[in-house]
Amino acid sequence: MKSSKVKQKRKEPQKPKGEVTLKIDGREIKAREGQNLVQVARENDIFIPSLCYYEHIDPPLGTCRVCICEVNGKPAPACMQKVKDNMEVQVNTPEMEDTRKAIVEMMFAEGNHFCPACEKSGNCGLQHMGYEMGVSISRFPHLFKDRLIDFHPKRIIIEHNRCVKCHRCVEEVRTQEGKKVFSLCNRGNETVVGIDYEQEAKLTQEEALAAMQLCPTGAILVRGMSMAKPFGDRRFDKKSVQKEENAKKAVVEAAAKAAKEKKVIATLSLAGCFGCHMSMLDIDLGFIDLLEVVEFNKSPINDIKEFTRQCHIGLVEGGCCNSENVETLREFRKKCDILVAMGECSIWGGLPAMRNMIPLEECLEEAYLNSITTVSGEHIVPYHEDLPKILDRVYPCNEIVKIDYFIPGCPPNPEHIWKAVKNLLWGDHYSILYSEFKYD
Amino acid sequence: MEASRKRARSELLDCLWEYQNQHGYIRDEDMESCSRQFDISKIELEGVISFYHFFHRRPSGRFIIYLNNSIVSEFKGFQRVREAFERETGARFGELDPGGVFGLFETSCIGLSDQEPAALINFHPFTNLNTLKVRQIIASLKQGVPVDELCDEVEDNIRYIPPGKRAVFFREYFPGNSITKLGGMKPEEVIEEINRSKLSGRGGAFFPTGLKWGLCRQQEAKPKYIVCNADEGEPGTFKDRVLMNAMPGLVLEGMAIAGYAVGAREGILYLRAEYSWMKEKLEKEAERLYRMGLLGKNAAGIEGFDFDIRLQLGAGSYVVGEETAMLNSMEGKRGEARVKQYYPIERGFLGKPTVVNNVETLCAAARIIELGAGHFLKTGTVTSPGTKLISVSGDCHQPGVYEIEYGMKVEELLKLCHADDPYYIQISGPSGECISMADKGRVLSKDDLSCGGAFMVFSKHRDILQILLNFAAFFKEESCGVCTPCRAGNFILQRKLEKIKLGLAQRSDYDDIRQWGHIMQTASRCGLGKTATNTLIKALDTFPDFFEVQQGEGLTRKFDLNKATEEYEKFKS
Repeated sequence: MKSSKVKQKRKEPQKPKGEVTLKIDGREIKAREGQNLVQVARENDIFIPSLCYYEHIDPPLGTCRVCICEVNGKPAPACMQKVKDNMEVQVNTPEMEDTRKAIVEMMFAEGNHFCPACEKSGNCGLQHMGYEMGVSISRFPHLFKDRLIDFHPKRIIIEHNRCVKCHRCVEEVRTQEGKKVFSLCNRGNETVVGIDYEQEAKLTQEEALAAMQLCPTGAILVRGMSMAKPFGDRRFDKKSVQKEENAKKAVVEAAAKAAKEKKVIATLSLAGCFGCHMSMLDIDLGFIDLLEVVEFNKSPINDIKEFTRQCHIGLVEGGCCNSENVETLREFRKKCDILVAMGECSIWGGLPAMRNMIPLEECLEEAYLNSITTVSGEHIVPYHEDLPKILDRVYPCNEIVKIDYFIPGCPPNPEHIWKAVKNLLWGDHYSILYSEFKYD
Repeated sequence: MEASRKRARSELLDCLWEYQNQHGYIRDEDMESCSRQFDISKIELEGVISFYHFFHRRPSGRFIIYLNNSIVSEFKGFQRVREAFERETGARFGELDPGGVFGLFETSCIGLSDQEPAALINFHPFTNLNTLKVRQIIASLKQGVPVDELCDEVEDNIRYIPPGKRAVFFREYFPGNSITKLGGMKPEEVIEEINRSKLSGRGGAFFPTGLKWGLCRQQEAKPKYIVCNADEGEPGTFKDRVLMNAMPGLVLEGMAIAGYAVGAREGILYLRAEYSWMKEKLEKEAERLYRMGLLGKNAAGIEGFDFDIRLQLGAGSYVVGEETAMLNSMEGKRGEARVKQYYPIERGFLGKPTVVNNVETLCAAARIIELGAGHFLKTGTVTSPGTKLISVSGDCHQPGVYEIEYGMKVEELLKLCHADDPYYIQISGPSGECISMADKGRVLSKDDLSCGGAFMVFSKHRDILQILLNFAAFFKEESCGVCTPCRAGNFILQRKLEKIKLGLAQRSDYDDIRQWGHIMQTASRCGLGKTATNTLIKALDTFPDFFEVQQGEGLTRKFDLNKATEEYEKFKS
């Protein structure tokens, strides 16, 4: 008797403010009034993309704008919404999907995100959003702004190239005395997250690690701990947050299979690492089946050096870093009906574009004149009329010639490559699974 | 020294100004001391300092020169004046001269668009500059003539008031005529009178003033604050400058009236640093009103109504003109707009109910109490009663402030200001919209062209692209940097415009601008990002002939092999 009384008493003040009914994409959902919309959607298996949203931060930050949805007919970030009765939310309208995707693309274009060379790859919120939204190329030009890597702090390294200015660390990371360790500095497109060396030195290893985990990208790293979890075991390595039905939504229904006339393929590797070509070979025995329906013309796979005929499709790996790349690419454009950029380097420069923030002169001097193995006065920067000329920066293929399609990944998954090719050549069913659509 | 007590964060901006003025920049030891006094980490301090462009962390000279780079200035000879400053001082823009005497910096609009090119030297105004004048100024400064003796008297340029006795703002001002009317009125009656006049916010958002006051009055939390937004940052706008310069008392009375209506005891006038040359004038006027018993304890002789006014100086930031960003700035933080969880009337300055009103709104309120809502309602149109102050600048013979009645047509105003060959008109500054002469019949009112105050006229021979590039650079610089669409988007669109300028644009580029601009409008966090692309998109629609399309191969950028290998050719021995 007594205990039940106590229980009742306790329940009284805890009683939720009242249940509300709202609609998300037409589905009726019950929730407690005042709950956060992103949270409510999550609990009901509805995926609203988000980056800066972190459930413990109140009021929410509202900085990244990735969670934008239509709330009662008006575009608004979901993280800023407290659910109310009769609220109507549209998450997956074409316009909202495109706006969210655009914002993620904007982040990729604004920062210098070299996923394949990033310690956080597979644990990165931004990269994950890229997978979920099917980002294959940023519609925005990469800005390649020179940003620093700050090695001064005691435990932490700040990789400004990767910071998306979400504010999480600014709000959450404090010393025992309650002082802020991070703050936004400057403004406009010069805005950076600064770190206080003095305060950072007061953080414990655990606190520093928590800061690294808090960061949705690889901008905050803790010395010696950034690779603690191996690739393959990381959060976003294998699974999509969205349900499989969602992932398949993007499936393009292809026309009925046409008779498979033998098609001619050419492939090319420019400023890349041949990783994409290796990946093509990774369909193993499938390659023998493939040879029944295609033949290769100019390609490193058969070592044909010159085109002998017009090709149906050309697959290009790598961007352009020298004059020879440019010439070869232009030739490919002429000889191939469809030209596909395959892999990150061909799409926007990829790893070789890491030099785009640094003047060419500095790069060459560092490599040929000032490196630790050169003897001063004995070495020169190679220059000869027979040598290709180095370009001022690495150019993506679509800045040199018209590119018809892009297959992202570093390297793209072999299934992804061949599914795309089959779809383009014969209109085969095109459906890419999460595991096949990975950047690294 | 005894352990310093933690200072209130809202004093931070003032404290930083002290250091800035003392040494011409904020030194490391000042940072140390400031961080101790306010008990915050140095990076947090650095964050605040680097947000405002009038605070410097490196020596910036005994004479800090800020040259306005707004579009009106650009068209009136900015480039020549800029070169003259560099030549005469020996300093480069963005830097100090070798002797450490002169520091040259560019700055966004300083509210002197009617007398451009203009600059501030140690925050004293210098107007109508030309190369000769620059040479004389610098020579005199080198000879030791004090800046305050050299600087120009800023003209008010009040060009037009409505005929008859219909003027609301620009009529003679007698201190106390307005505020003493409160004696016979209850606060509710004041709000009722304002409601009756249909006065709405003149900062550009047009929120009904009476409603705002009424809602704030209903709030139970205390104390309440009145904030006067005198951060007139929208390029091309200078009407608040003229109001405060011509009749500084009126705005102060307006604040006191608002205070009486909502039950606030403290008013804060947030003055943009660009107007610090008016600070003394405003302070003196406040002193006079105090002496007359119109402010302070039992203000205007009303028992129990205490109202104090203080000035808060800004430090250089456009976005702080947004009310929640202003509140953050007053609290000594970075001037980033707040997330829209509460209205300022619920939780504003220091989390307390706060009314934020523009200078013009408060002056109008003071006049409404003085003259009665009836007078106000007699002017303007039925839905937009009253008069509106318009700052006219650009290619016209009579730049200045026009007190027009709502309902005036664009062409009438163009005639009044003697614009010979108007072609492109920018309404409400870069964040507003542009119109062509096809719109000359449109009416300035809330229902048609709702103008925040700026009216920039450009004639046919001006380069529209130059206008748009100037605006793009402005937004890129002034974005607070918090949200992605505004921070990155403005940067990206600037690149697009540069591409158009190089003659490389294709149809798809214009489509991109529309789509990307729309994304920024949809997704940005505050008004800055939401409005930054309005003009750009509107210009594409309004002036289609201007934007040529280059038929190319459909490349994203023009690639020139010779140019791309130019750098490498240096290594040819």
